[in-house]
Amino acid sequence: MDENKTVNNIPDDDIILEVRNLRKSFPLKKTITGKVTSELVAVDNVSFKLKRGETLGIVGESGCGKTTMGRTILKLHEPTGGQVLFNGKDITKLKPSQMREIRKKMQIIFQDPYSSLPPRSTVGGILSEPVQVHSIVPKDQIKSYVLELMEKCGLRDYYYERYPHEFSGGQRQRICIARALSVKPELVVCDEPVSALDVSIQAQIINLLKGLQKDLNLTYLFISHDLSVVKFISDKIGVMYLGSIVEYGSKEDIFANPLHPYTKALFSAIPYPDPDVKMQRIVLKGDIPSPANPPKGCRFHTRCPYAKPICSEVTPEYKEYENGHFASCHLLEGE
Amino acid sequence: MEELNSKNVQNEAADTEAPLDKNLRLMSPTRMVVRRFFRSKLSIVGLIMVVGLFIFSFFGPLIYDKWGETQLDESGKIVYTVDETTYTVDGVEYTVKQVKETWQKDNSFAPSSSEHLLGTDTQGYDIFVRLMYGGRISLTVSFIAVFVITLLGTVLGGIAGYFGGIIDNIIMRICDILICLPGIPILLIISTILSASDIDKKYIIYLLMIYLTLFSWPGTARLVRGQILSLREQEYMVAAEAMGYSTPRKIFKHLVPNVMPQLIVQMSLSLGSMILYEATLSYLGLGVQPPYAAWGTMIEIISKDMDVMQNYLNIWVPAGVCIVIAVLGFNFVGDGLRDALDPKARR
Repeated sequence: MDENKTVNNIPDDDIILEVRNLRKSFPLKKTITGKVTSELVAVDNVSFKLKRGETLGIVGESGCGKTTMGRTILKLHEPTGGQVLFNGKDITKLKPSQMREIRKKMQIIFQDPYSSLPPRSTVGGILSEPVQVHSIVPKDQIKSYVLELMEKCGLRDYYYERYPHEFSGGQRQRICIARALSVKPELVVCDEPVSALDVSIQAQIINLLKGLQKDLNLTYLFISHDLSVVKFISDKIGVMYLGSIVEYGSKEDIFANPLHPYTKALFSAIPYPDPDVKMQRIVLKGDIPSPANPPKGCRFHTRCPYAKPICSEVTPEYKEYENGHFASCHLLEGE
Repeated sequence: MEELNSKNVQNEAADTEAPLDKNLRLMSPTRMVVRRFFRSKLSIVGLIMVVGLFIFSFFGPLIYDKWGETQLDESGKIVYTVDETTYTVDGVEYTVKQVKETWQKDNSFAPSSSEHLLGTDTQGYDIFVRLMYGGRISLTVSFIAVFVITLLGTVLGGIAGYFGGIIDNIIMRICDILICLPGIPILLIISTILSASDIDKKYIIYLLMIYLTLFSWPGTARLVRGQILSLREQEYMVAAEAMGYSTPRKIFKHLVPNVMPQLIVQMSLSLGSMILYEATLSYLGLGVQPPYAAWGTMIEIISKDMDVMQNYLNIWVPAGVCIVIAVLGFNFVGDGLRDALDPKARR
């Protein structure tokens, strides 16, 4: 609890990223005049604050809008509504030319290390291009800077002349990390950076990311569906369901005392490496509803084992229930 | 960043993952393509044909400069013609043969000899030499045309594919319209207009080919657009956007290099068809005009004189062979490149 207090008392200038009511929808049908008649809301009314140097883990099922949220925050998708404040500055209204300047401060690591590297340039080319474009270091120092960066990310110097297709997935992900770090960013959105890798490589990459965070004072927005990975790397955790954050809080709070029924169900699915422990799984019925036609009221009520009549009528409010621990659920309000 | 030290993380990580052998030098994509290209016999044959024609056309006249392109062999010769007249007197048939001896100023219709390697044509020009000069015109013109087509097609197709929306629609509709227009009839009209104006006959073919390119770029534009539409969705393009690269850099440094394989194939294949177009134009009398030589013009002689087609094969067959070699050569090279550049077609 003490830690939560300090989190709440941090001054405003230490908040690197603040997201206010972020919304992203994709049009599905348009009339001839261009008016949208039906849309898919991928990210709905998401708000959170991220402190410098911390890691926010975002978990949720496939298709719940985690990746879209990450990309919308970086303005790789144009947000439909809400604000994204980066270092206190609203970036949602910036022009593309102004955005280009800010891009070097916020980077992204992609899920698939195979398609996110250009196939026709060498590793050296991939890493030195952003350095050159953003004039991170003087021209004559680019190569030594890149080699130093490669060493930091666990890449050998003779990889400089190699092409991405010569590498394994783990090494490619290291190249992606090195590329993201080449412009000296402050915020890195890690979009499921380890889910395409096998388990032993996952551990290496996670350790690398953790080490780099400590060294370079990076802030991570770590998107993953792997709860054990998120538990290991995050300071804060946000649980997403159907485009909204249903619960948000510090890692300790959320794991010790999950408030939202969806979080409880999610955590009950973490495998425990002991055959004698009987797992008490909460099995959710049915599939995640279509975001093009979300259920009325609480979005989770169709699958919630504790649903009450009010859940299908009124959308629950996203409120702070404990210190720094937010959730949106009618069940909590009754207590 | 400089004073920071993350060696422990890096060492621990790098050692557990099997590193690439430092001495095992893997090939760059370009070198792999070259290697696959030379593995196919057909593409080597094609390359030899094309390179051979180039050397023949561009260096040939420098070495063999006995005759010029528009130089008549004015050595003159006596031509004998025999007139036969048959009379019948009292049932007996008499044949009178009259040998006419005429002095001809130009040494035309000469058979092949050491003086004229492939003989001379109806005017008295050296065929072998004109073959070389004709190759110059045909190859230069097709290269210019293909270059302009590729440039226009890449820029317009790239813009259409990258920006999409209304721009894409406008450019693609222009393409559709241009593809609908009949090429040859319009070229006939344009060439009539050109020959009525005072433009030097030597340059008419270049102007015609430029008109031809204006009708031919939609094919390349569609190809480039299609490729860019699929490449645009690749994650490395999102990465380029996230890096804050400018739009021209994204198009020309990240997208176009990845379209290059298809473009190179398209270019080498359309080189063959451009040579055919040039020959067709010259054959129809619209392209290169006498006294200048082009392969099509050299074949055109037969359309005026059936006697030449039957009895003087040395006048028109060599030009036809050159066209066949050029078109076949470019097509072989194009096919070879297509197979070499397709990573899935590894044999």
